[in-house]
Amino acid sequence: MFTARSRENIAFFILFLSAVIVILPVGMVVAVILKNGIAAINWEFLTAMPRSGMREGGILPAIVGTFYLVLGAVLFALPLGLAAAIYLSEYAKDNWLSRVIRLSIINLAGVPSVVFGLFGLALFVGFFHLGTSILAGSLTLGVMILPVIITSSREALESVPKYFREVSLSLGATKLQTIRHAVLPHALPGILTGTILGIGRAAGETAPILFTVAAFYLPRLPNTPFDQVMALPYHLYVLSTQVPNVDPKIRYGTALVLLAIVMIMNVIAVTIRSHFRKKKKW
Amino acid sequence: MVTAGMTSKIAVRNLSISFRETRALKDVSLEIPSNQILSIIGPANSGKTTFLRSLNRLNDLERDIQRTGNILLDGKDIYKDFDPVTLRRKVGIIFALPMPLPMSIFENVIFGPKRLGNHDRSELERIAQKALRDAYLWDEIKDRLDEMAMKLSGGQQQRLCIARTLALKPDVVLFDEPCSGLDPISTAKVEEAMLKLKKEYTIVLVTNNTKQAARVGDKTAFFLMGELIEIDETGKIFTTPKDKRTEDYISGRFG
Repeated sequence: MFTARSRENIAFFILFLSAVIVILPVGMVVAVILKNGIAAINWEFLTAMPRSGMREGGILPAIVGTFYLVLGAVLFALPLGLAAAIYLSEYAKDNWLSRVIRLSIINLAGVPSVVFGLFGLALFVGFFHLGTSILAGSLTLGVMILPVIITSSREALESVPKYFREVSLSLGATKLQTIRHAVLPHALPGILTGTILGIGRAAGETAPILFTVAAFYLPRLPNTPFDQVMALPYHLYVLSTQVPNVDPKIRYGTALVLLAIVMIMNVIAVTIRSHFRKKKKW
Repeated sequence: MVTAGMTSKIAVRNLSISFRETRALKDVSLEIPSNQILSIIGPANSGKTTFLRSLNRLNDLERDIQRTGNILLDGKDIYKDFDPVTLRRKVGIIFALPMPLPMSIFENVIFGPKRLGNHDRSELERIAQKALRDAYLWDEIKDRLDEMAMKLSGGQQQRLCIARTLALKPDVVLFDEPCSGLDPISTAKVEEAMLKLKKEYTIVLVTNNTKQAARVGDKTAFFLMGELIEIDETGKIFTTPKDKRTEDYISGRFG
């Protein structure tokens, strides 16, 4: 019925179409949010407190809240995750313990974010008596992005050629010096990329902060790490479901700000990666 | 066993090494005198690189490795009386392929001294200059020390690696087929460097090139399938070898 040639063409067309369809949702999300939200974006919206039960004014506390939460999450997860990655890639022997650690990391990545929320509530808010606070929320987000940071750091470390280590050790460097001077500098771009992807994820999640930090309506900026804060994703949820008669453009404006932050993070990550890929000389 | 009147820098006693089930070295014993070049020849998988890498304990990095026998450096057991870090500063190695680290020429040379805690800029410059001169590279690169090491030609990179090892002021320098990736002119320069270096250092050279062994070695050892078949003055090995297998190998009948 069909010649081999036309079958080839049909196959190509179907595969091509499938690939293009992947772009579609991304483009549509951006288009819809941009179209409905751009009207809300102005200086006041980005720098003022919300007023009139969040129906007017700006979203500054939510932006600042998200910033603090992400910062806290990275301050916690990056040193811990990087240290764990260094252990796994440079020190761990292939035994049951390292296999259990690797398996735990994979499973940690698969835990639903709402479960992290409950875990944070039980451990940080309850057990450690941190209360609903920036600290509790940051730590919860930090645990959530740990697998991202560990996995990408490990990949970055393992992509550093083996001979760098051998050369360094043969020159009388200790193992720690070898990691510090011959391995880590060359793994940095990959580690950075993973961290930024983690930041993007932490900035966008609602469930982990729901029980641990997020304030419904708090039109002031936090003073200490033990304060509650508003955060963009939760603010968006509140505006969309809990507050009647909100001008839709405020909702979409909030979504646009959140989307912009996450996307800028991802663009930075991709840029760093491609920049260093070009510079790489081995 | 001990050669009278000659100081042995390194003495290897009944060294056997196996990786998992494979035996890489079988009961090797030999002496390496000070300020000489020992060439080690043999076909692929004869254990010569494994032997070389035991001399500064680089084999320790491999998993599932078993060793019996011992190696003495100046009479001290390298597995008992040294930690690997100290040992590797005394026994440097040049690998088969030039392996500069992705940093400047200068930073490559002073990588070792810096790890020893030496951060005095003028002192480091002095060390780098001496090492680069000893490796016959100084004149070619003295104006571009801050360039990336990767920009040098293959032969220059290999001499940079020699300089980097010399900057440690080792006693012994191991060469693991250092010219296998180099053209004849670069090879000649590396060999010239080796011949000068033996005044200050003891050198062990593993090579696939029997002619190279004949050119630079004071003594030559022939390894076959993990065994030391024969070790003698280079002249004797190449003219009147005692073992038939040595003769077959150097006359090109196998390997």
